[in-house]
Amino acid sequence: MSASSDIASGRLPAATLAENFADIHAPLDRFEARVAAERCLFCYDAPCVKACPTTIDIPLFIRQIASGNPVGSAKTILDQNIMGGMCARVCPTETLCEEACVRNAAEGNPVEIGRLQRFATDTLMQSGKQVFHRAPPTGKSIAVVGGGPAGLACAHRLAKLGHDVTLFEASEKLGGLNEFGIAAYKSTDDFAAREVAFILSIGGIKVETGKRLGRDIALSHLMADYDAVFLGMGLGGTNTLDLGEEPAGVIDAVEYIAQLRQSTDLASLPVGRRVVVIGGGMTAIDIASQIKRLGAEEVTIVYRRGQDRMNASTYEQHLAQTDGVLIRTWGKPVRLHGVGGHLTSVEIEHTREVDGKLVGTGETYTLPCDQLFKAIGQTLLADELEASGIAIKGGRIVVDVNRQTSLAGVWAGGDCVAGGDDLTVSAVADGRDAAMAIHASLKAAASAVA
Amino acid sequence: MADLSTTFAGIKSPNPFWLASAPPTDKAYNVVRAYKEGWGGVVWKTLGEDGPPVVNVSGPRYGAIHSQDRRVYGFNNIELITDRPLAVNLQEIKQVKRDWPDRALVVSLMVPCTEESWKAILPVVEETGCDGIELNFGCPHGMSERGMGSAVGQVPEYVEMVTRWCKQHSRMPVIVKLTPNVSDIRKPAEAAMRGGADAVSLINTINSLMGVDIDTMMPLPSTGGYATHGGYCGAAVKPISLNMVSEIARTPATRNLSISGIGGIETWRDAVEYIALGAGNVQVCTAAMVYGFRVVKEMITGLSDYMDAKCYRSIEDMRGLAVPKMTDWQYLNLDYVAKAKINQDLCIQCGRCHISCEDTSHQAISSEKDGVRHFEVREEDCVGCNLCVLVCPVENCITLESKPEGSIDIRTGYEVKGHRTWLEHPNNPGATNPKPPAGKYVGAQHVEKHADFCSEPAE
Ligand SMILES: Cc1cc2nc3c(=O)[nH]c(=O)nc-3n(C[C@H](O)[C@H](O)[C@H](O)COP(=O)(O)OP(=O)(O)OC[C@H]3O[C@@H](n4cnc5c(N)ncnc54)[C@H](O)[C@@H]3O)c2cc1C
Ligand SMILES: Cc1cc2nc3c(=O)[nH]c(=O)nc-3n(C[C@H](O)[C@H](O)[C@H](O)COP(=O)(O)O)c2cc1C
Ligand code: SF4
Ligand code: SF4
Ligand code: SF4
Repeated sequence: MSASSDIASGRLPAATLAENFADIHAPLDRFEARVAAERCLFCYDAPCVKACPTTIDIPLFIRQIASGNPVGSAKTILDQNIMGGMCARVCPTETLCEEACVRNAAEGNPVEIGRLQRFATDTLMQSGKQVFHRAPPTGKSIAVVGGGPAGLACAHRLAKLGHDVTLFEASEKLGGLNEFGIAAYKSTDDFAAREVAFILSIGGIKVETGKRLGRDIALSHLMADYDAVFLGMGLGGTNTLDLGEEPAGVIDAVEYIAQLRQSTDLASLPVGRRVVVIGGGMTAIDIASQIKRLGAEEVTIVYRRGQDRMNASTYEQHLAQTDGVLIRTWGKPVRLHGVGGHLTSVEIEHTREVDGKLVGTGETYTLPCDQLFKAIGQTLLADELEASGIAIKGGRIVVDVNRQTSLAGVWAGGDCVAGGDDLTVSAVADGRDAAMAIHASLKAAASAVA
Repeated sequence: MADLSTTFAGIKSPNPFWLASAPPTDKAYNVVRAYKEGWGGVVWKTLGEDGPPVVNVSGPRYGAIHSQDRRVYGFNNIELITDRPLAVNLQEIKQVKRDWPDRALVVSLMVPCTEESWKAILPVVEETGCDGIELNFGCPHGMSERGMGSAVGQVPEYVEMVTRWCKQHSRMPVIVKLTPNVSDIRKPAEAAMRGGADAVSLINTINSLMGVDIDTMMPLPSTGGYATHGGYCGAAVKPISLNMVSEIARTPATRNLSISGIGGIETWRDAVEYIALGAGNVQVCTAAMVYGFRVVKEMITGLSDYMDAKCYRSIEDMRGLAVPKMTDWQYLNLDYVAKAKINQDLCIQCGRCHISCEDTSHQAISSEKDGVRHFEVREEDCVGCNLCVLVCPVENCITLESKPEGSIDIRTGYEVKGHRTWLEHPNNPGATNPKPPAGKYVGAQHVEKHADFCSEPAE
C-alpha cells in the first residue's frame, strides 16, 4: 500500500462493530405491538393499502394484532406479499404506506405499519408453522430465472396454485439483493436466508443454483421445455464512471456490499480513512452509512443534483447524516488522482441545471480520499437476452400490465423490467402478479383445448 | 377562590372528595395517609358485628378490564367487609377522628337484619366520635348470600326498616348506600327517606364477571379453581350511576334527599358531573386504588380552577344545575332537527364516518367527490343520529348543527318549526291531542327512500 493512501481493516473493535451492525429498528414486543396497533383507525378504503405496492390489507392485519392473533395477521400479510418479513425491514415506509397513513394528518405521526408487519411475520416464522398449502397438481411446469424477490414471489405463488416450478439461479445462494444488497443492519440474523427457506417450504419448487441464463441455460430451451417462463434476474451490471483507468481504491458499491453481507468477520473488510461515494440512490446512502459504521473517518457523498432529487428517501438521507456522512450536492467527479496506482483524491466539478439539462460549471474542487465507491446505478446484462429478440427499452425488459414480455409464454418482473421503482416490495408485487397472469393464461389454454 | 367546603348530611368537610368505604379506608394507616394527601373525608371500610371477623379469599380477589395500553377501565372485586376485629377498628376510628377533627369520618356498617344486631353496634360506633354512619345495603357478593348487603338493599321494606332502627337507636347522621342491582333505584331511595335517612349514597358495585381465560376456560377472577361473581366499579360504571343519581334528583318524592355520588370518579370533571346532577359530594374508590391517594390533588385543583373560571363560589352554587334538563323520552321535542356537518379542514379522511353510516345507519355520508376521496354529509339523508360524530377520531371535526326555525329539513320536506312531543304526535295512536306539524310541507327529496321516517300526511 502506498504511503499516501490509508486503507486498513479492523478499524473498530469487535464490540463496536457488532453494535453498529445490529438491527436498526429493534422489533416490537407483544405489548408494544398492541399499543402501536391500537393507534390504527381501521380506515375505510384505507389510503395506506393503496400506497402499498403489494396492497396488503393493513387495517385488517393490524386489527388482528390488536386482538391477539398475530399468526392470522401474518397470514393476511403473506397472502399478498410472501416477503412481508423482509419488506417490513427494508421498505421505505416513509414514502409508501406510512406516508399515506391518515394519522399523519391527525398528529404528524403515522401508525408504525412496518414495525407491526414485522411483529406479525416474525411471530409466524418463529412458530415454524406453515400457513400455505398447495392446490392439487396442475401438471404444468414453469421455469423461473433469478432467485431474488421477484423470482421467489413468482415461484411461491405458482407452487401454491399447484404448478411445478424450477428456479434457476446464477449464484450459489438464493435471495438476490435481499441476501447480497440490503444494508446489513436492516436484515440481521441471516433473515434473508431464513425467509427463503420459509418460502421454499411450501414445496413444489426445484432449485437449480449455479445456473446462469445465457451461460448454462438458454431462453429458447426454457421456452421449449416449460409451459411458461418468468424472468426475474434483476440488474447484474453496474454503470461506469468513464474516467479512464481506475486506480486501486475505486470500488463498485454493490460488489463491496455483497462482500460485506457475506462476511463472517466485519473486521476483515478493507476500510479507507477518507471515503467518497458517488451517487444519490439507496445504494449510495447504504454504502456511505456502512463504510462509516465500519470505521471510516470521513465519508462524503457527492451527488450531481440537489438533495431533493436524490432517489433515497429523506428518511434514509437523514439516517446517513446522523451516522456522520456528509452529503455534497451539485457536483460530479471529473478526474481520479492516484499515487503508485492507488487512489489519493478525486476532482469534483460543480454542476447546475440549465433548461433541465445538467452541465458542468468548469469550477472544480478536490476531495482527498482513500476509497471511492461507485453507486451510480445498475444495468441489465442484456446480451444473454438479446438473441431471443425480447423487446428491451431504456436498458430494461418491456412488459405489459400483466408483466408479459413481447415473447409469447415469457413473463418478467422486478428490477429487470422497465417502469418499476426498484424496490423489494415492487419486485414481489411483480412476481406475484406475473404468477397470477401465467396461471390464468395456462388455465385459458387448458380450457381451450378441452 | 372558590369555597370547596361542604356540609353533607350535617357533616362538614373541607372539600367534596371522600374516599368510599373500601380497602383504601380499611385502617388508620391508610386513612391518615389519605388525609395527608388532602382527602376531605372517608367512609371507613364496612364494619360487621362483633365476633370472629369475616375471612377473605387469599387468591385473586380483584379483576379488571384494561385498555390496550393497560389503563384500568373497569374493576371488580369479591372482597367482603373488613376482616379485622371490631374492637381494633373502633379504637383506630376514635384515634383518627381525634387527630383529624376537620375531616369527615363516616363509618360504614353491615350487620344481620335484626334489630338487636343494630342496637348492639350503634352505641359502640357512636362512642368513637365519628361524624355519621353509612349503611352498606349494596355489597352484591359474599355478604348478600348471608342475607346482608344487597340482599337488604334490593327490598325497599328492609331498607326502610333498618334505616328507622338506626335513626331510633343513635343520634348520628345516617347515609344509606344503595345497590345498583335493582330495576328501579327510586324505590329503595324512597324507602330510605321514609325510614328517616339523612342522605343516600350511590352506587355500590354492580354484579359482574370480568371475563373467561379462553386457554383454561376459567372465568375471571378465579381463586383456587373456581370463580364467583363480583362487584363492578371504576370508570366504566359512571354512566350507570349518573343515571341513577339523576333519577333520584329529579323525582318529586326524592328530590330533596341529599346524594353522595359514587362510581367511576377519576377526575374533577367526573365530580362536577355528579354535582351538576344533584350530588352534594362524591366518593371515590377505584381511582385511588389504581393511582394512589395523590389523585385528590388533581381533583381539588381542577375543581377549584373550574369553579373560578365559571364563577361558582360554592358547591351549592352549581349543584343540580343539570337536573331540570333531564326528562322522559316522551317529552323530547320531535320537531327539533339537527344535521351532521364535517369540518373539511379538520377531516383526516379516515372514512370511518362514511362506513359507519353506510353500513349501519342512514347512508348519509358520501365517500368521494369528483372522483377523489372526500367525505361529506348529505343533508337529505342525515337523521342527526350522532353516530358519525362519535366514531370520528378527530375531536370536533363532525358537529351536529341545529336547523334554525323556518329552514327546511330536506329529508322530510317540512319546515323546521314548532314543538311536538310524542304525546302530541299524530303517529301516536294514544295521543290525546294530536297536533299537525307547525311547519309547511315543501316536498322531500327522498320521500320514497325514507317513507318509514316521514309518515306525515303530505298536504
Ligand atoms: C445496495 C442496495 C440497497 C437496496 N436497499 C433497498 C432497500 O432498503 N429497500 C428496498 O425496498 N429496496 C432496496 N434495494 C432494491 C431491491 O434490493 C431490489 O429492487 C430488489 O432486490 C429487486 O428484486 P429482483 O428479484 O428484481 O432482483 P434481484 O434482487 O437483483 O435478484 C435477481 C436474482 O437473479 C439472479 N440472476 C441474475 N442474472 C441471472 C441469470 N442470467 N441467470 C440466472 N439468475 C440470474 C441474481 O443472482 C439474483 O439472485 C436496494 C438495492 C441495492 C442495490
Ligand atoms: C375492593 C373493593 C372493596 C369494596 N368494599 C366495600 C365495602 O366494604 N363497603 C362498601 O360500602 N362498598 C365497598 N366497595 C364499593 C365502593 O365503596 C364503591 O361504592 C364502588 O367501588 C364504586 O366507586 P368507584 O367506581 O370509585 O370504585 C368496595 C369496592 C372495591 C373495589
Ligand atoms: S391509514 Fe393509518 S390509521 Fe388508517 S388504516 Fe392505514 S395504518 Fe390504520
Ligand atoms: S397488590 Fe400487594 S397484596 Fe396485592 S397481590 Fe400485589 S403485592 Fe400482593
Ligand atoms: S370520521 Fe372524521 S376524520 Fe374520518 S373521514 Fe369522517 S369526518 Fe373525516
